[in-house]
Amino acid sequence: MSKRILIVDDEPNIVVSLEFLMKREGFEVAVAGDGETALRLIEEKRPDLVLLDIMLPKKNGFEVCQAIRANPDWQAVKVVMLTAKGRDTEVAKGTALGADAYMTKPFSTKDLIAQVRQILDVA
Amino acid sequence: MAGNSGRLKLALTLGGLYLLLAALFGALAAVLWADMQEHERLALLAIVMPRLELSILIILLAWFFLGLIVSAVYRAYVMAPLTLREQALVMVSANPGLRLQELGAPEIRTLAQVVNSLAEQREALQRDVEARVREGRASIEEEKNRLAALMSELTQSVVVCNLDGRILLYNNRARLQFKALAGESRSAQDGVLIGLGRSIFAILDRHLITHALENIQQRLARGSQQPVANFVTASRAGQLIRVQMAPVLGGQREAEAGEGARAFAGYVLMLDNITRNFEMESQRDALLQSLTEGSRASLGNIRAAVDNLLDYPDMEAEQRDRFVGIVRDEVAAMGQRLDRTVNEFSDALKARWPLEDMLGEDLVAAAQRRIEGRLELPTKVEEVPEGLWVRVDSFSLLQGLSYLAKRLRDEYDIRELRFRMAQAGRLAQLDLIWSGAVVGSQTLLAWEIDPMNVAGENSPLTLREVIERHGGEIWFEREKASHRAFIRILIPSALPQEALDAAPLMQVDSRPEYYDFNLFRQTEESRALDERLLSELTYTVFDTETTGLEPSAGDEIIQIGATRIVNGRLLRSESIDQLVDPRRPLRPEGIPIHGITEEMVAGQPAIDKVLPLFRAFCEDTVLVAHNAAFDMRFLQLKEEATGIRFQQPVLDTLLLSAVIHPNQESHKLEAICERLGINVIGRHTALGDAIVTGEVFLRMIPLLEEMGIRTLRQAREAAERTYYARIKY
Repeated sequence: MSKRILIVDDEPNIVVSLEFLMKREGFEVAVAGDGETALRLIEEKRPDLVLLDIMLPKKNGFEVCQAIRANPDWQAVKVVMLTAKGRDTEVAKGTALGADAYMTKPFSTKDLIAQVRQILDVA
Repeated sequence: MAGNSGRLKLALTLGGLYLLLAALFGALAAVLWADMQEHERLALLAIVMPRLELSILIILLAWFFLGLIVSAVYRAYVMAPLTLREQALVMVSANPGLRLQELGAPEIRTLAQVVNSLAEQREALQRDVEARVREGRASIEEEKNRLAALMSELTQSVVVCNLDGRILLYNNRARLQFKALAGESRSAQDGVLIGLGRSIFAILDRHLITHALENIQQRLARGSQQPVANFVTASRAGQLIRVQMAPVLGGQREAEAGEGARAFAGYVLMLDNITRNFEMESQRDALLQSLTEGSRASLGNIRAAVDNLLDYPDMEAEQRDRFVGIVRDEVAAMGQRLDRTVNEFSDALKARWPLEDMLGEDLVAAAQRRIEGRLELPTKVEEVPEGLWVRVDSFSLLQGLSYLAKRLRDEYDIRELRFRMAQAGRLAQLDLIWSGAVVGSQTLLAWEIDPMNVAGENSPLTLREVIERHGGEIWFEREKASHRAFIRILIPSALPQEALDAAPLMQVDSRPEYYDFNLFRQTEESRALDERLLSELTYTVFDTETTGLEPSAGDEIIQIGATRIVNGRLLRSESIDQLVDPRRPLRPEGIPIHGITEEMVAGQPAIDKVLPLFRAFCEDTVLVAHNAAFDMRFLQLKEEATGIRFQQPVLDTLLLSAVIHPNQESHKLEAICERLGINVIGRHTALGDAIVTGEVFLRMIPLLEEMGIRTLRQAREAAERTYYARIKY
């Protein structure tokens, strides 16, 4: 059974690429455009991994990450934060809030796929 | 009226004398009566009884004449010396120019003459001594004045405080700055917030100051060469003030007493309004952020799209078009973002050489002086718009202009140079114009990078560097129609209002009392004001003009004048002079006295606006007024309406005069001035009267001291005991 990935980003230009990429890599993909939708979709679809942007409408990425880690049912959900904020302080904050990986834009899709595979432990 | 105590004494003396005489004659009559035989008594009665009325009349007449003589003698020998004694005391302690009146008996008159000639000698001696002292002090005074002048010229705000936070020196710049900080509500009056002897904590947070002092103390203890502390604070209006604090170290004597580290007596605060710098800084931050984070996101989108295009060449055409579309849109967005940031933040992007605001006319005038003086090249001004301000490093820019003029003269034989300025958006154009010769752009380029050398003055800078320092540009142009050519320099212009505060700086013609170094010695008194010496208190001397004399019948204040006494000095430059709209018609009979007309009070603030200002002005001080009960009554009647209570201690110069000179007839302000040798000018304006009252009060302090009245409490109690204190309004 293929792994499920939830993409959370409000910028269609990145969502298009990520969605295409993940599908081509054989994942099942869902997309959320804001923080609240993200949490709803996590509840519904129980993704294995969330690609999470930080700058989001309604609830930002940090809040979503915190909510995931606060819910005991969701401990298996992996979180990769994707953001334009490159400051080391924010990387530290993301990691501290429970992100499994933190990727700063622009990133190479190869690195992203490698990172996702490693976290999900699939070949 | 020659004093109540004098009359009482006279009456007592006369009464005593009459009693004594009555007793003596009574005793004589009793002895004689007892010694007489029966027939002698009868004979005496026969002689006396029919003439009894006549005898009594003679006795009464005798008593009457005796009374007259005693009273005359009393006036001549007792009252006259009493009056002379008071006058002599004034001579000794307040007005050495006063002379004794020639009163009373001839002996006493001679005595008065002798005393007068002694006073003459004493005054001559005193003048001599004073002249010597003046000479000695002149040099010290000169140094002080030089410092004060220096301070007043500084464009930086400087405030010096003692360790208790009392201000002992400030410059005009600081006054203006604090005035601006206080905002519109208080700006109607000068110097309300800042003033000698006032607390700096009214302006700056006490904790910040304490913290900075601790830092300095630590640095001093470590033997630091530069024990200076910096901090930034925000004013109530949200302006950012950068404060640099440097200690004022104590004198030699205190230094020996201190253990190792030198004790410090106070501190200097240098204040800068950095709100604008800070805004620039924030702008720069915003710029950086929009450039980095904005670009990152776009780059991320492009990269992901491109990666997909490259890694999955087998994708469908429609999908491929979407990715290519993403790349195109994101690249366009990045280009627009860059354009926007360059436009919006061009100021923030400039190298930040400290530039000063300067009037265009002044810049051109300075350039003319320099070029005509050093190069002997005639110059003219074609057009400089009025009120055009530029932001320049005037020294290097003037060097650059002279350098250009020299090369034009030397290499193109130019006979005359003209100046023209114009505003161009946020920039200003400065043109150097001449007729004839054409300078190629290549030549100008070469000039730009040569080291500048004018009339033997070598500059390490090149013209290019000067232009860059201003974030400007320079180029050559021809005016073909008029056969003229010019070099145009673009420099930043400044907003006119940014330079506004320079204007009041120039208007200070007489040096105001902006400093008082004696405040260094003051220490915080935890004791109540009551026990403090009169000579060390801070006073607000005030006077009011009113529509009439009956506050309870609806008369109102129409003018308040006030000034301050700090450390025994009257500070005329720290004053309030405010007309008040009484909200009722003036009485015509009052107008000739106070000289205030309906037109003058129309449009002035009403009393409820003025009293808060006055309260702030006299905070922490003792109030002084002549016939204070009258003025205080007016203020008290406003308490309910305005909620402002004046609970400070009050001293009344009228009552104090009665304390000092109970035997003088008049305690009007004019009479006191005459007694104490004070020239009266500008009376019957509130401020004029307040100043006169202040001078009177200053002369009274030593007189009171002689009577053993040294503290505020003693002065208040003595005043309350006088006859005049019993008159109520």
